[in-house]
Amino acid sequence: MARINLTVDGASVSDDVEPRMLLVQYLREKLGKTGTVIGCDTSNCGACTVHLDGTSVKSCNVLAVQAEGCEVTTIEGLADTVDTDLHQVQESFRECHGLQCGFCTPGMIMQSVDLLKENPHPSEEEIRLGLEGNLCRCTGYHNIVKAVQHAATAAGGAR
Amino acid sequence: MIPAEFDYLAPTSVEEVIAALAEHGDDAKILAGGQSLLPVLRMRLNAPEVVIDLGRIEALRGVRDDGDAIVIGAMTPHSVVGGDPLVAEHALLITKAVEHLADAQVRHRGTFGGALAHADPAGDLGAPALALGAQFVIAGAGGTRTVEADDFFVDLFETAIEDGEVLTEVRIPKHTGWGARYEKFVRVAHQWPIVAIAATVRAEGGTIAEARVGMTNMGSTPLRARAVEAALTGQPATEDAVRAAAAQAADGANPPSDLNGDADYRRHLATVLTRRAVLSAAGA
Ligand SMILES: Cc1cc2nc3c(=O)[nH]c(=O)nc-3n(C[C@H](O)[C@H](O)[C@H](O)COP(=O)(O)OP(=O)(O)OC[C@H]3O[C@@H](n4cnc5c(N)ncnc54)[C@H](O)[C@@H]3O)c2cc1C
Ligand code: FES
Ligand code: FES
Repeated sequence: MARINLTVDGASVSDDVEPRMLLVQYLREKLGKTGTVIGCDTSNCGACTVHLDGTSVKSCNVLAVQAEGCEVTTIEGLADTVDTDLHQVQESFRECHGLQCGFCTPGMIMQSVDLLKENPHPSEEEIRLGLEGNLCRCTGYHNIVKAVQHAATAAGGAR
Repeated sequence: MIPAEFDYLAPTSVEEVIAALAEHGDDAKILAGGQSLLPVLRMRLNAPEVVIDLGRIEALRGVRDDGDAIVIGAMTPHSVVGGDPLVAEHALLITKAVEHLADAQVRHRGTFGGALAHADPAGDLGAPALALGAQFVIAGAGGTRTVEADDFFVDLFETAIEDGEVLTEVRIPKHTGWGARYEKFVRVAHQWPIVAIAATVRAEGGTIAEARVGMTNMGSTPLRARAVEAALTGQPATEDAVRAAAAQAADGANPPSDLNGDADYRRHLATVLTRRAVLSAAGA
């Protein structure tokens, strides 16, 4: 067992974990944060995307011990970081119908937030490239792209 | 989905890594960004007893200017390399290759040294490193040695890094002012290339003064298309001249046949992509 101390969605946590435990497993199984989902076995789908010290990562491809001392934000902690009930990107996914079954959505939203942080005014192509690591088997991506554009406009490029 | 059990070490210096490698030998595996190793462990294709994480060694991160070369620390993430102004100024080919490597999340975690040490023949950094004549700085119990790019890539997933050694940094001779293009041919998004061509060119007016061309996935290691480089030297940067030189791209290469394409298809791709990459790198 290894001792880890980290911050998850604003709360400090410490636990003894097996070194082989994946960050996504830790979030779901130890902390009950099932908002972050697992969509594949190959680190291709991006459904498990969270922010680690402010940048997006696939939490199925990070060990919990590697997050020692880090700050993790999951989809569950996103809304608390702004004044509204939903984060602007969450709101825009709802507004633009950027989902169907919703399974890819937590990861899509986390990656979209990262994308807009790096590039507040992305072109359509930049959005598609920025979301390259996130797969959706329902929407055909068009409404997801619209949702990101909507969020960029609504935020006025400020966020 | 879950790796087999292992012990985890997180040293904070290269000396500690070398000591741990000496102690655990074959049972140990180095962990860099984990973007190739963790999938391997999760599929249980490998089950080391000890995992040595380089993530806490600050000295292995960052890009610095060192006279006639830039030096990229082994643990520098792809996203940092891709956005680094020194790299863009002096080794634009690396910037171009990183741009389309994997996806944003993987680029945040995966490292420059990890990708090169992994030596996947379809990996996107080997051909640019070879084309630019990179030097690999490797530390071990006996001290530090430097290996030239031509000697670094030994075979599929095999490099000159010996048991007990760790790659610490990569020196890239400056190619200031050289144009560059990485032409990557993929079937679906965020994937390894079927074939890719890394080309960098020093143009003088409309003439190709010097060219370097590396090839990805045209054999068990990255390859350098020296015949093409020689044929391009002194040529005008025109479609016809570059097409003629690029026709030799696949000479001597031994590309794989797989579900993405057979060897002949890859040979053809190599000539087409070389033409496109060189013309673009020459600003034509
Ligand atoms: C979904 C996905 C898509 C990808 N797409 C691409 C792509 O398009 N193109 C591409 O090139 N790559 C791609 N990759 C791989 C990615 O580039 C990895 O980052 C890279 O191959 C390995 O770097 P790493 O730092 O993660 O190394 P790790 O996975 O930690 O290590 C890889 C191997 O190298 C060894 N190693 C690492 N560092 C050192 C060192 N300093 N000294 C000695 N040995 C060391 C490890 O022991 C291990 O065997 C992809 C990965 C994923 C998950
Ligand atoms: S579950 Fe992590 S990428 Fe698919
Ligand atoms: S909405 Fe179903 S997978 Fe994207």
